[in-house]
Amino acid sequence: MTTTPTPSQKRSPLQGLLAHPLSSEIVAFLLLIIAFFVGTRLSPHFLDRDYLLGVPSEYIEAGIIALPMTFIIVAGQIDISVASNMALTATIFGLLYDRANLPLGGAIVLALLASLLLGAFNGLLVAKSRLPALAVTLGTFALYRGIAQAFIGDKSISGFPEKFNGWDARFLAGAVPMPLVVFLVLAVLFGLVLHRTYFGRWVYALGTSEPTAQYSGVPVAKTQLILFSVTGFMAGLCGLLMTSRYSVARFDIAQGVELDAITAVVLGGTNIFGGRGTILGTVIAFFLMVVVRTGMGLHNIKIEKQLIVVGLLLLFSIILPNLLRKQKT
Amino acid sequence: MTSKGGIVTFLARFREVGILFFLALIVVLTTLKAPRFLQWDNLSSILLDVPLLIVIAMGMTMVIISRNIDLSVGSMMGLSAMCVGMTLRANPNLPIPLAMLVGILVGVLLGSINGTLIAFLRVPAIIATLGTLSIYRGIIFIISDGKSINSQDLPDALTFLAKPALTKLPLIMVMALVVVGLAHFFLRTQRTGRDIFAIGSNPNAARLRGVPVNKTLFLVFLLTGALSGLAGFMYTARFAFVDPAQAGTGFELSVIAATVIGGTDIFGGAGSALGTLLGCLLLGVINNALAITELNQMWQLAVYGAIILIAVYTDSLIRGRLGKAEKEGA
Repeated sequence: MTTTPTPSQKRSPLQGLLAHPLSSEIVAFLLLIIAFFVGTRLSPHFLDRDYLLGVPSEYIEAGIIALPMTFIIVAGQIDISVASNMALTATIFGLLYDRANLPLGGAIVLALLASLLLGAFNGLLVAKSRLPALAVTLGTFALYRGIAQAFIGDKSISGFPEKFNGWDARFLAGAVPMPLVVFLVLAVLFGLVLHRTYFGRWVYALGTSEPTAQYSGVPVAKTQLILFSVTGFMAGLCGLLMTSRYSVARFDIAQGVELDAITAVVLGGTNIFGGRGTILGTVIAFFLMVVVRTGMGLHNIKIEKQLIVVGLLLLFSIILPNLLRKQKT
Repeated sequence: MTSKGGIVTFLARFREVGILFFLALIVVLTTLKAPRFLQWDNLSSILLDVPLLIVIAMGMTMVIISRNIDLSVGSMMGLSAMCVGMTLRANPNLPIPLAMLVGILVGVLLGSINGTLIAFLRVPAIIATLGTLSIYRGIIFIISDGKSINSQDLPDALTFLAKPALTKLPLIMVMALVVVGLAHFFLRTQRTGRDIFAIGSNPNAARLRGVPVNKTLFLVFLLTGALSGLAGFMYTARFAFVDPAQAGTGFELSVIAATVIGGTDIFGGAGSALGTLLGCLLLGVINNALAITELNQMWQLAVYGAIILIAVYTDSLIRGRLGKAEKEGA
């Protein structure tokens, strides 16, 4: 498919673009520019600086989870339990703080520890029991949210202290909202690990061919266990961030966040079968989704109808390269 | 071969026996705690709840046997239910079989879109149906303008289908059983049905042996769409109320759970219509048991999750033992 070109082959600029190792990221970036341009034409408020910097906050949890999700999918796995983990961690945190009267710091630490264990449970079933990740995380998708529901039912837990609530309304240097800062810092961190460390190479090796990785001395089970544990921990962190944003913990928060996160990862060019993908692509695709959704929001298009566009984006981002590559060969 | 290996092999070969045992266990335990569980009134409420699940799960069984997944079934059911409801609201005198046809045709259309994406445009099934899950749900909001269909919009002849008839079996349950029979016949005896198993066991080998892989996959997703459409029609009859946000939302989870519990191998290549039927009944009985024993119904979702994990885990144990037993026997 993406063979190196021989001098005799004449290629159109479009085909050259598609043969580039970062072709999917470039496609996502072009789409981002188009969406941005359309957004500015649709509404004069779109280019307002504070507005533009603030809009990612509303979807920031999906963006943050998309980072470890990139690792998971590059490694040839999937985790659809992340949003349920968020809800359960938020619930545990609420119970510890509100019912067990733990100090804020203690409740946060214990809740994050719980989220790490929830992720490790997924990881154990995948890495040690050799169960398919889709089936495992489909089970824990129901189990984790179900436990949260069994704990607090339809009740909301609120009354968290002021210093905990509303982290999204705080700014760095008086202008840049904290969610954007945290997301970008985490993106750089995850990017460095994936693209500049042995661990990152193991992740790619696993997604390319697990038997080959095994024979090459990659600690397969350990790597998978770490991946799912870290993803669980990040999901728990996002559960707390969302609780802070809404100032309330409920069992039914964050529904569908896993879809947004997976969409961002795949839209950013990560191969759903593993072995290929970059953090840069995920970050671009996340901003693309944010621009598309808020652009439509400004145009008073309801959230449910925005889903159509996000779904279409996802499909086209896969079909288009498939079709163009087919023509080439 | 040891006797232990013999039992495991037996259980693996006759998966249905294992589920029946589990089903009986729950029935006995629940009856001991709440004797009215076995009364007809209660049993008939189960018979009203499971038909939708059964019908779609037959499609999901084929999809999972072919080593794919369809996450869009809940949205397809919701969209079809909305179309049936709107058609009947606009034409109250429309014969009910025609309304059913509307539901099925909507499902065929949606399913063939999935099938085209997966079989011909090479989009992985999980991504394709993740996308159409959102798209179909969005279309429900567009065509309905966000408004629901209420019972006064629907003719009595429709809701009659979900009332215990002369035979005491509600008609939608009869329809579901007919679907099970057809699915069983199709998967066991028809060439295309066997091709689905071949594709799920090894897609490349199936292609080399001349199985029309793309055509068969397209058909599998089309049929799943058609069955989701039929379930949409049944949904309108059962609930006489179609809410654009709620109709079918999250239903894919129950369907996949029932199918996996029923012994369909998540790795593809194995599964049966009868096993899935038992899986659906098991889920229905568990739901009902949770409600009737006044165990907190808040536990329902957690129980679903736990039994999916248990089913998948048990399957892998059996498969491991079976592999060993066969090696030892050879």
